[in-house]
Amino acid sequence: MTAEPLLQVDGLVTSFRTPRGQVRAVDGVSLSVARGQTVCIAGESGCGKSVTALSVMGLLPDSARVDGGAIRFNGVDVLALPPAERRGLRGRSMAMIFQEPMTALNPVLTIGHQIAEVFAIHGTAGRREAREKVLALLRQVKISDPERRYDAWPHQLSGGMKQRVMIAMALANRPELLIADEPTTALDVTIQAQVLHLLRELQRELGTGIVFVTHDLAVVAEIADRVVVMYGGRVVEQGGVVDVLERPAHPYTLGLLAARPRPGQTRHDGHRLNVIPGSVPSPLVRIEGCRYQARCPRAQARCREEVPALAPVAGDEHAAACHFPEGGLA
Amino acid sequence: MTAPLLRAEALSVEFPVRGGLFKREIARLRAVDGVSLEVRAGEVLGVVGESGCGKTTLGRAMVGLHPPTSGRLLVEGRDVATLGEAERRLLTRDVQMVFQDPFASLNPRKRIRQILEVPFEVHGLAAGAEREARIRELVELVGLAPEHLDRWPHELSGGQRQRIGIARALALQPKVMVLDEPLSALDMSIQSQVLNLLVDLQQRFGLSYVFISHDLSIVEYLCDTVAVMYLGRVVETAPAAALFAAPRHPYTQALLAAVPDPVPRRERATRPLEGDVPSPLEAPAGCAFHPRCPLAQPRCRESVPELRVIDTAGLQRAACHLL
Repeated sequence: MTAEPLLQVDGLVTSFRTPRGQVRAVDGVSLSVARGQTVCIAGESGCGKSVTALSVMGLLPDSARVDGGAIRFNGVDVLALPPAERRGLRGRSMAMIFQEPMTALNPVLTIGHQIAEVFAIHGTAGRREAREKVLALLRQVKISDPERRYDAWPHQLSGGMKQRVMIAMALANRPELLIADEPTTALDVTIQAQVLHLLRELQRELGTGIVFVTHDLAVVAEIADRVVVMYGGRVVEQGGVVDVLERPAHPYTLGLLAARPRPGQTRHDGHRLNVIPGSVPSPLVRIEGCRYQARCPRAQARCREEVPALAPVAGDEHAAACHFPEGGLA
Repeated sequence: MTAPLLRAEALSVEFPVRGGLFKREIARLRAVDGVSLEVRAGEVLGVVGESGCGKTTLGRAMVGLHPPTSGRLLVEGRDVATLGEAERRLLTRDVQMVFQDPFASLNPRKRIRQILEVPFEVHGLAAGAEREARIRELVELVGLAPEHLDRWPHELSGGQRQRIGIARALALQPKVMVLDEPLSALDMSIQSQVLNLLVDLQQRFGLSYVFISHDLSIVEYLCDTVAVMYLGRVVETAPAAALFAAPRHPYTQALLAAVPDPVPRRERATRPLEGDVPSPLEAPAGCAFHPRCPLAQPRCRESVPELRVIDTAGLQRAACHLL
């Protein structure tokens, strides 16, 4: 018997209202996250990775709606919950951190006050107890001099420190699931390394399941247990991090990995980087068959006619949505 | 030996910080602090560092967009500051810039043709049919078609826009191009398209590049020489192969160790560097890196280490008391 996953997304469809009608940003995405596991959703701008994350959190903008599929959290279909109950989950059982900590923090509240609010909203600590808990959190996310930072304003903190404050807020009520949307993209590389290190440590301590959204496959290699690669609103490949990054099956994953230089590779060795021709298609454009076919070196007639389903390939729970995957179908 | 194409000598760039009543100058921010670097013909120099290290200001100073507060900028051995207007104009044709954001750097109210005409107009070169022929040649050179000339910037993708930015910089047949994070606004699948174009153009025309970037994997791939900056100063410079194989300055070591490893599940030997980059307005005394340096000694807090040669071949230089 397998234990029930912490998060199970099945056939999620999310669309946006646009002047040209409803546009599907997420088109049948399924994924699952176990307790203590980090699942990366990787892809380029417009692939639907952030919209998937926001759909799970229930934080979609007014112009978007979930049209289909199920999101089960601890076995409960959250889409069927009354709004008040769903709100009760957010910030308590599931929490989110964003790319831009400055826009996510309230500029007119001190750091300590903002974190303490998380306890007040959920009634998880009294006023006096809250201060002690906030200071403990600040220490936990390695903010130096927490007594002084408690009374600091967001603008007085560096980008890395603001992201730590966001993490502290997200973890205040010890959520079971943390959704991180490009949390290190705006940070310098030494600060990114600190934040990734911190997330790994906290996960080990608290057993949090993490959904980590990123465009950077090297960050995926650093932090993921499992990877979901998205393109054009669909999952094109998923599996364990070693399978997907070391033995990629989908031509898109292969192409992206070969487009980046590896350590030690230089142009002086005659190494030329792979090019994926064309550009990311707009979700407004209807594409029959596989969304990647126009850019794919392997595309054949079948790819233009039939949408490839996610099917098993070599590896442990490794699957690709391609008619002609590398290494063939399992 | 010929003079380097482009040379900065103890170059500093300061900005006034204004505040209070009447917006008086309350402090001076030294963004670039005594930087000496040179670029030879056909050389690709990478300038790396984290935000606030001064790499963008240095790049802009190299094309004359920021006058140096002190120090000198020499193009082909001639000090730009001592030249008359006409001569300076001639000289600056040789050093052109490509900007980071291809959305912000192209005038949205001009068609691509008009955008590419500007350098010819400014320098009074190639009129009429000749100009049109040159512009067509330019768009083809960067992998676009003449029909793109009639489009507006918003009709092009990010990658296509950056190609136009490169075409504009190439218009006057420069010898050096200063490229400020030319790939970082582009999608992953587009970056290698533009990077390969830059490699081809460099080889075809024997161009020199100053490639400013925070992406160390791409710098290792592209560059011949690398300069690492921290809080306005160069802390280490070396041939790229030497720098990536054996970084010597503690900051360079920490920076390279922080780059995510594309191979999954490989154990890290080092712990991440602690603390943040200080504001240049509150630069620490002595070596600016000492508060974060795992090896800092008392003298690191007192005196600023000079950039000096640290290898027998005389190619690798670092500014550290402990080397």
